[in-house]
Amino acid sequence: MTTRLIVGPFNRVEGDLEVRLTVEDGRVAQAHVNAPMYRGFEPMLGGRDPQDALVFVPRICGICSVSQSVAAARALADLAQVAPPPNGAHTINLMLACENLADHLTHFYLFFMPDFARPVYAARPWHATVVERMAAMSGSHARAAIAARQRWFTILGTLGGKWPHTQSVGPGGSSRAIDASERLRLLAKLREFRAFLEDTTFGAPLDEVAALASEAELDAWHARDPQRGDLRLFLSLSADLGLRTLGPGPGRYLSYGAYRDAAGGHALAPGLWDAQAGALLPLDLGAISEDATHAWLNRSETRPRHPAVGQTEPDADKPGAYTWNKAPRLAGQVVETGALARQMVAGQALLRDVAGRHGASVHSRVLARLIELACVVPWMEAWLLALRPGEPFHAAFTVPAEGRAVGLTEAARGALGHWLAVHGGRIANYQIVAPTSWNFSPRDAAGTPGALEAALVGIEVAPGDKSPVAVQHVVRSFDPCMVCTVH
Amino acid sequence: MFKVLWLQSGGCGGCSMSLLCADTADFPAMLRHGGIELLWHPSLSLASGEELMTLLDDCLAGRIALDALCIEGALLRGPNGSGRFHVMAGTGVPMISWVRRLAGVARHVVAVGSCAAWGGISAAGANATEACGLQYEDERKGGLLGAGFVARGGLPVINVAGCPTHPGWVVDTLMALAAGTLRAEDLDALQRPRFYADQLVHHGCTRNEYYEFKASAEKPSDLGCMMEHMGCKGTQAHADCNSRPWNGEGSCTRGGYACISCTEPGFQDPGHAFHMTPKLAGIPIGLPTDMPKAWFVALASLSKSATPKRVKLNATADHVVVTPAIRRTRLK
Repeated sequence: MTTRLIVGPFNRVEGDLEVRLTVEDGRVAQAHVNAPMYRGFEPMLGGRDPQDALVFVPRICGICSVSQSVAAARALADLAQVAPPPNGAHTINLMLACENLADHLTHFYLFFMPDFARPVYAARPWHATVVERMAAMSGSHARAAIAARQRWFTILGTLGGKWPHTQSVGPGGSSRAIDASERLRLLAKLREFRAFLEDTTFGAPLDEVAALASEAELDAWHARDPQRGDLRLFLSLSADLGLRTLGPGPGRYLSYGAYRDAAGGHALAPGLWDAQAGALLPLDLGAISEDATHAWLNRSETRPRHPAVGQTEPDADKPGAYTWNKAPRLAGQVVETGALARQMVAGQALLRDVAGRHGASVHSRVLARLIELACVVPWMEAWLLALRPGEPFHAAFTVPAEGRAVGLTEAARGALGHWLAVHGGRIANYQIVAPTSWNFSPRDAAGTPGALEAALVGIEVAPGDKSPVAVQHVVRSFDPCMVCTVH
Repeated sequence: MFKVLWLQSGGCGGCSMSLLCADTADFPAMLRHGGIELLWHPSLSLASGEELMTLLDDCLAGRIALDALCIEGALLRGPNGSGRFHVMAGTGVPMISWVRRLAGVARHVVAVGSCAAWGGISAAGANATEACGLQYEDERKGGLLGAGFVARGGLPVINVAGCPTHPGWVVDTLMALAAGTLRAEDLDALQRPRFYADQLVHHGCTRNEYYEFKASAEKPSDLGCMMEHMGCKGTQAHADCNSRPWNGEGSCTRGGYACISCTEPGFQDPGHAFHMTPKLAGIPIGLPTDMPKAWFVALASLSKSATPKRVKLNATADHVVVTPAIRRTRLK
């Protein structure tokens, strides 16, 4: 028997999202993902002063705002052939990390975990604990996480004036120099957040979590004290519900590389991890294309375009279209991006082992974010200590009137790229490929579904269930950002 | 309890993310203690899909008395007035239709952020999405609900403008509404709550000494006043950003960049590059609010010639290079 379900509106996905499911014999046979809004930032930027991008692009997204700023700043820096001085590079990494880690925290406590407090799980042994800790708007740990997040973002208040939508990030570095006493206060705030993670999220020192190097070590760590800290609570319910294999990915993991230093190196290397080949491949930006076949965009387009020559022309009546999102592909193939991909590419031992055994899944995507929380906070302490008060945070630059450039970064949700063309001192073309554009892409011209569309196939749907909770887990495991997607 | 329904449309969700930065040790408790119940919020509520549909039906049918409808994001009327640029997921109905219907049953309607108030960034340039605010399209009254709209509680749309909004502005507005203390005279001529809109970003700006002497920043990270060269509109923008800082001790000017007047209608298309001050004969076109041009010119020229060396040198440095002289405080 075949039934069709329209699931939505989803919430806790930063924007609006609709998923159409075709269910055959009690399982999802096909999924179509619809980003149901068009915003038009790319055409909006055309004709403006190139530096106006620094005002517009953070406003694409209220949750990945700094990441958008960094991508634009890097595109402008590429154009102007300027690089931030060490203090500027450290400051930008601190701001990026502050946003990315806050997003991971928000995702875990506010977006992802509340679904496990649903009555459908009332009989499970961990349910009462999840309700007590993570129920929406009432869980004790969820409330504590909002408070920790509020305190955490005061770091960005100092470094960037405000969050979201700072304009302190520019091609030359940061417009806000930090003095020695401010650095002390920022260090104190970092340690305060570390204490929250160690007390509440991990129930263990960050170093202990970051040092877990295999699934066996993780399992042993979990078994020692299964209810202590929220990571172990997640591991308990994940094992009980079979999340290790729920919502598989394409096995190709894309990362543009995260936390770039002044010399151009990355704390987390860029590349493509091909799970089938077990090989790390270099990032080939020239192989990126966007296919608009099933998007309400670019009716006249007959073939996928590289974002450097991409276009965005809305057409709500285009036949065969079902979303406002294009289908990005790398060498014609679907890839997955996000914290898991970033760590797979960088070679993080635990995640390579876990995802090597079970593939990408709800389990490994969520685990990757928490591991990133444990790993990056100590880096931030090191970046703060590396600042040299009195030395410059910003380098002078001139944006040329002609040229093409690209700006890449890793947002919390994965690979974010801006492609910029400037002509006559004005923006001639601006194309943005956001992380969720990749993960929640529609089918391409060949009919190949996007990463989420494929991940949903096979999920059991009980008769009469109009909003299967497993679908919710898989959707949210990607930590989608729909407002970025529909830029 | 004062029941609040929060929906998002043509925007970035940043006002919600900002709201979560409200200065409190327990966000849900702060709302509860203020008598506020969030019926549904896109980032905070468990309810999804069907559960939300039931709630919206209950509000429309009057089974739930909706005290405040908060809209975040611009209302996308395009293409060609159809609203199809945002069809609310799972409903097949354009968001503008949902908002029109829900505004009709709500006691108060609140525009959260400049997109919902005026169209904002979402309405920039050619405005291909036909984005507008709830009751304004830039500074022109009208918008989605029309110039004459008055919510059932007797107030027009309350414009908590800002890009994003300060969490304190939203919390104060909702708490005042819940307490029944927000009156028509508490809104300014653009329907913004006066508790924040009767102030200027300039008030409390940490660069005031540089402003006084027209000691100006010339490039990003300079400490000087950003009005003369860097596009700062803090002397014109209505908001209390420098007396009620952001995220602890921040504000745009404290972050080293210009105020772009994001609480004002039409800020998204200033007619010049944001990072540069447009000038006529060397004088900034946008003068401080309420200041006659002749006096500005006279005072600027006088104060420039009176600028202490310390202020002049520090203005173009990223840290204090000349410290203030130490004066004895006692009379001789």
